[in-house]
Amino acid sequence: MRFVDEFRDADKARALSAKIAALCEPGRQYKLMEVCGGHTHTIYKHGLEDYLPESITLVHGPGCPVCVIPMGRVDDAMHLASADDVIMTSFGDMMRVPGSHGSFFDAKAAGTDIRMVYSPLDSLKIARQNPGKRVVFMAIGFETTAPSTAMTVLRAAAEGLENFSVFCNHVTIIPAIKAILDSPDLRLDGFIGPGHVSTVIGCQPYEFIARDYGKPVVTAGFEPLDILQSIYMLMLQVSQGRSVVENQYARVVPWDGNPVALRVIGQTMELRPFFEWRGLGFISQSALRIKPEYQRFDAEVLFEVPGVRVADPKACQCGEVLKGVLKPWECKVFGTACTPETPIGTCMVSPEGACAAYYNYGRMNRHRVPEALKVISR
Amino acid sequence: MTVNREQRVTVDREQQVLDRIDRARRRRPKVLEERITMSHGAGGKATQTLIEAVFLDAFRNPQLEQLEDAARLNVGGARLALTTDSYVVSPLFFPGGSIGDLAVNGTVNDLSVSGAIPLYLSAGFILEEGFPVADLIRITGDMREAAAAAGVRIVTGDTKVVERGKADGCYINTAGVGLITHDAAELGVANARPGDAIIVSGPIGDHGITIMLARGELDIEADVESDTAPLNGLVASLLAATDGVRALRDATRGGVATILNEIAKSAGVGVLANEDDIPVRTEVRGASELLGIDPMYVACEGRLVAVVAAEAADKALAAMRAHPLGQQAAIIGHVTPEPPGLVQLKTGFGGTRIVDILVGDPLPRIC
Amino acid sequence: MCLGIPGELIEYLPDRPDLAKVDVSGVKRVINIGLLADDLPQPGEWVLIHVGFALSKIDEAEAAAALAFLEGIGQAYDDELAALQESRIE
Repeated sequence: MRFVDEFRDADKARALSAKIAALCEPGRQYKLMEVCGGHTHTIYKHGLEDYLPESITLVHGPGCPVCVIPMGRVDDAMHLASADDVIMTSFGDMMRVPGSHGSFFDAKAAGTDIRMVYSPLDSLKIARQNPGKRVVFMAIGFETTAPSTAMTVLRAAAEGLENFSVFCNHVTIIPAIKAILDSPDLRLDGFIGPGHVSTVIGCQPYEFIARDYGKPVVTAGFEPLDILQSIYMLMLQVSQGRSVVENQYARVVPWDGNPVALRVIGQTMELRPFFEWRGLGFISQSALRIKPEYQRFDAEVLFEVPGVRVADPKACQCGEVLKGVLKPWECKVFGTACTPETPIGTCMVSPEGACAAYYNYGRMNRHRVPEALKVISR
Repeated sequence: MTVNREQRVTVDREQQVLDRIDRARRRRPKVLEERITMSHGAGGKATQTLIEAVFLDAFRNPQLEQLEDAARLNVGGARLALTTDSYVVSPLFFPGGSIGDLAVNGTVNDLSVSGAIPLYLSAGFILEEGFPVADLIRITGDMREAAAAAGVRIVTGDTKVVERGKADGCYINTAGVGLITHDAAELGVANARPGDAIIVSGPIGDHGITIMLARGELDIEADVESDTAPLNGLVASLLAATDGVRALRDATRGGVATILNEIAKSAGVGVLANEDDIPVRTEVRGASELLGIDPMYVACEGRLVAVVAAEAADKALAAMRAHPLGQQAAIIGHVTPEPPGLVQLKTGFGGTRIVDILVGDPLPRIC
Repeated sequence: MCLGIPGELIEYLPDRPDLAKVDVSGVKRVINIGLLADDLPQPGEWVLIHVGFALSKIDEAEAAAALAFLEGIGQAYDDELAALQESRIE
């Protein structure tokens, strides 16, 4: 596969690995955060940590849009879906997220009409085919996905569709990163920056991190070599005492982002004054809602949404995992009460959640990996 | 580079957590849900739990406890294999075959991998009111041809009709009986031993991806077709070539990953597979990347997984490759002494990760 | 969710200027290229696909540059390894 296979080459990985190790000062520990859940997934899926020296720890960040949805919003969605004439459509990632009374998956088993879609546009098709029903699309995602929802709303408007609406849970990445930077618990040396969010917002929004907080940022692609190269670029900056924003994923990410995408978001959506993030609390100007001009496509206007705040289960430590304060296995219920099959929190249920990635791919003792399998001696 | 004290404490704590998780996973299975969900049919963890906690619990007996693809029975001096399978695939017709092909080949294969020569099948039909007779004739035609190709006869059956809306066109159940002739100790995944080679007979994931695309919901075109085929000829060639075959499985729901986990769990061994060695067609890889699915968990309907003693591996591979259905057979990994019950994968990238049992259901109603 | 896959643009759909057929490893799918309206890709160019939309054009020059950098590192590494072997023999 072009633009994929070349960036999974083991030989180049070994070379990069050696260069990264050479940049590490003896006795010093380094902590780099990968913001994006997609990066966390790649790291575990390809066993990327095997290429890093002991002194570099990768800290998993909050860039998992499913992981940050509070239980109350899941309950709201389930309430919308429960109406007899509603067909709820959702990405697969949301199907198993637990609300107070089970997940979409459980509701589906009990007879609620919830359908998985791969694109928001599929919801329009369902709306056209079911004129007597009201289709509600559960919109989730950072700025990567918001333009697709926006285009879908514009398309619905162009077609004059009257039975389609969006339950908008889009969130924005910068406030999450800022919450990490302002957190007293973390001492990070640099950021592996979001890849696909940056295709929309560009690289300039990260400049405050380098300039005001003195931490280097490298926007990274999603193949394992991309991430390894980004780590190399970060370590180079750290070793040289620099902190700037660099773009490793230049083949996909334009420095100025995607103006059309930003335009359609601006046309159909506006920032909410504040929004609750699971584990991070209320953050101002951090989420999007449908603009009044398009309120006929806004499920929160068309329907009565309970809007009850629900506290996370006592045992759940998703918040700390999302902030990178706890590693997945350090959560008290990881792997015992909380498993992919019986998830307590979102970090375990989303394919991009750090806990899910570690449980599904990384749950092995790297120090007992047989010598023959080792990539580098650690 | 030495590990410093703080790191060693962390490593120990992580190992404690991993051990605790292992113990939790080994606890007696219980079905926690009140209602059946699609996961219970996926062939992964939920299916296993349902089988052990409900069916095994209700019917418990020594033959059932083997939980292999077919039951092995001693009847009046003859050794017979008995198996049954139901087919609920949607759509009924797809590139490469139909529900009829699956209904014959699936049951033939369950018998073959148990070391039996498949002989006779039964076929039970549940038809929905309104189902076109022309489609039924097409399906039974496919079954006739599949049975002829496999050398089996359909000797008895049943028909039921339910009201419109109570079945999705046509469901088929087939049961099969075969004569066990394989002389060596019984085939079974519990026999796997460290050093054994694991061979797959061809590219994985063809069937599941074909069905996914044939549903038409995804607007994806690709040149893939189901790999449904009777494996009894391939099995016979393999068993004739060497005594070193420890176990055979056909990779259906849950895919190759599920079988690797069954080997590891049943024999209490580790499995180490090599991502680079696992054959996957380009289009299947492309479709899987597009859909975010891992081909290792995607169903096949005409692929064999063989566990073979190390010294017999080359002979086994040659025998499979000489057969039309095994031309792309490949050794994908080995059985290791440690860590018991865990499947590890050396990724194409060079790092290592685990391959866990399937949770959830990426592709419903696959077979 | 971050899932973005590179695909090659095959052709535009005649009656729908915002839709195009792309090829991902032999698998073809129709996607919406409305987000690239300011700089429409041509057949043969590659795009990044996310939930049924093209999000970005893949810049082949940049891809080549990234690979060249990695080759360079790889070559330097091989050279170093070779030098190490030679020094051992002595």
